[in-house]
Amino acid sequence: MTTTAIPQAGDPAVRPGIEGFLQVKDLRVHFPTDDGVVKSVDGLSFNLERGETLGIVGESGSGKSVTSLSIMGLHAPGTANISGQVTLNGDNLIGASSEHIRRLRGKDMAMIFQDPLSAMHPYYTVGHQIIEAYRVHNNVSKKVARKHAIDMLDRVGIPQPDARVDEYPHQFSGGMRQRAMIAMALSCDPELLIADEPTTALDVTVQAQILDLIRDLQQEFNSAVIIITHDLGVVAELADDILVMYAGRAVEYATAHEIFTAPQHPYTWGLLGSMPRLDRERTERLRPIPGAPPSLINVPSGCPFHPRCAYARLTDGASETLRPEFTEISSRHFLACHLTVQDRQRVWENDIRPSL
Amino acid sequence: MTSAPTDNAILGSHARGSDTVSSEDLLVVTDLQKHFPIRRGLLQRQVGAVQAVDGMSFTVRKGETLSLVGESGCGKTTTGRMLTRLIEPTGGTILFEGRDITHLSAGKMRPLRRDVQMIFQDPYGSLNPRHTVGTIVGAPFRLQHVKTEHGTKKAVQELLELVGLSPEHYNRYPHEFSGGQRQRIGIARALALKPKLIVADEPVSALDVSIQAQVINLLEDLQDELGLTYVTIAHDLSVVRHMSDRVAVMYLGKMVEIADRTPLYERPMHPYTVALMSAVPIPDTGRRTKRDRIRLEGDVPSPINPPAACRFHTRCWKAQEVCSTIEPPLAELAPGHRVACHFPENLIDLPVPTTRAGSPGPPQD
Repeated sequence: MTTTAIPQAGDPAVRPGIEGFLQVKDLRVHFPTDDGVVKSVDGLSFNLERGETLGIVGESGSGKSVTSLSIMGLHAPGTANISGQVTLNGDNLIGASSEHIRRLRGKDMAMIFQDPLSAMHPYYTVGHQIIEAYRVHNNVSKKVARKHAIDMLDRVGIPQPDARVDEYPHQFSGGMRQRAMIAMALSCDPELLIADEPTTALDVTVQAQILDLIRDLQQEFNSAVIIITHDLGVVAELADDILVMYAGRAVEYATAHEIFTAPQHPYTWGLLGSMPRLDRERTERLRPIPGAPPSLINVPSGCPFHPRCAYARLTDGASETLRPEFTEISSRHFLACHLTVQDRQRVWENDIRPSL
Repeated sequence: MTSAPTDNAILGSHARGSDTVSSEDLLVVTDLQKHFPIRRGLLQRQVGAVQAVDGMSFTVRKGETLSLVGESGCGKTTTGRMLTRLIEPTGGTILFEGRDITHLSAGKMRPLRRDVQMIFQDPYGSLNPRHTVGTIVGAPFRLQHVKTEHGTKKAVQELLELVGLSPEHYNRYPHEFSGGQRQRIGIARALALKPKLIVADEPVSALDVSIQAQVINLLEDLQDELGLTYVTIAHDLSVVRHMSDRVAVMYLGKMVEIADRTPLYERPMHPYTVALMSAVPIPDTGRRTKRDRIRLEGDVPSPINPPAACRFHTRCWKAQEVCSTIEPPLAELAPGHRVACHFPENLIDLPVPTTRAGSPGPPQD
């Protein structure tokens, strides 16, 4: 699909990106099923620069994982209808041939999955898997690749890497396996790293080590990082910007600082208010968001959050019928909500801020 | 063991549903041990053991919530399963309402299963997918031959309402429900025969954040309404702080610290507890770079071959020679606060400031 005229990601003349290293415009991913069309992602747009970290926050069914799989081109062909535009350094990914994507995958963009035990092949040694990834994209001998694999394992903090390179995934502990997966993902110096719930399956002390590692490696390689999680604490640690997703759509986007100090969307308020926090006084009762995330086959009309929103009644019925636009409400702060500025400010000052 | 009068005084002010807390110990656990044998060879000779739980001693008073926290491999789930006698201990004793249930036969244990129930972590694996909700929640009545006033179906429907589900869900199958709803079904099942003690193994960790809050509130409401006693097993320290009256921290099969909730979170004494608290990511961007996080090196050692004496000494920044030769006893260093450490943190009786250099203070400001 691509001709030599289109700049390749490795071409020094193109770095940094043209207008956004990673650009996602109106991404829609729909899965036709017997029960109806599952609209996993329904009109998502965002940009990301190298050296920056974007945190995508959402619960089950928000579409966050499907988004990352779409960027990486990992949906089985024929299962998903993907439309919209995703460009990596000017290179269009949607609609590109699978051959083209395969060349980019691993080299220019890489992914760390949630469960390293199921993401790594149990029959091949860790070294073999890293070497394979490296040799697909670099024309080197096995010996050179093996040395590189050992270097990567050392870089991610695995002790005795020259011995462990020949061990199988099941011989590693959870934290070490995740490190090995990070080594595999970073072996070709990708410019974009997507980490999908990288620490959810790990203990909290190991989680802390892995988050520190991701931060250090990002600084070293100047990669763009997308971290996908439901854990607001993790995202506060790592992300520069945060995108909150609900029912396949972006509902709020702002810097991490803004999201935690001045969130504007009722769903974000709900998320922040329902978590018990170690850095706050203990409350007698948590304040959950009533109801449950919606089915993606029957997404509620208008604003998908309206059945659970305590403030839907303030919108004069608009939230039930009209889909709110994702617009910029202040510098680098985007929101999809029907509440007027005055109503939102009032609710924020009176109801939400005092209790957060 | 802790002295009863002190514990009562503390518990009186901290226990949930406070005016009905009695001073009875519902559960008394002494030196509980579980070693899983490792067998090799044709003759299956035992060549070693996974020392999953070693010497756990604690009491649980009626109406309180005790949480066991720790990371993978610390033995908390194994302990929980021993309390419900899903596993038989290899050492120590468990007294439930004064009666020794440690090695009761299945037959003798059966009537006790009305009093001690369990809620499991995985809402997808803990419900039989081929049974309707009515069958699942009604099973305890059938299995224990309990006759209810208006029939089992009515009793089940009342239970469903109690946990926030609709009585019409009686004929539905688990796959028709979300994770949070399935967890509610599991809770309804556990409550069926009005148990006295519920062991909840990670009851909310598989759920979304906004649903976690709903289920936590539900568990607390039920405790108040029905006078339940909980032993919770969890790893999320924020949830534990919210739910618990007392917290026990485990490491590699041993209890390293046990205290009332507030003292544990404000003044953790065991270095492992301090490290655990500092590792929890806080949803506050201002703290990101300024945090004095303790980085524990490496992974938890194997329970097949745990380190000698203090099991934490291989990863402890305060470790000295005595730590690898003499096992620190679980000692009461403050009222109701027991710690197993030769060099605990945050001791309030001793002059502290200069010794704190290089080791972060308590996690809260």
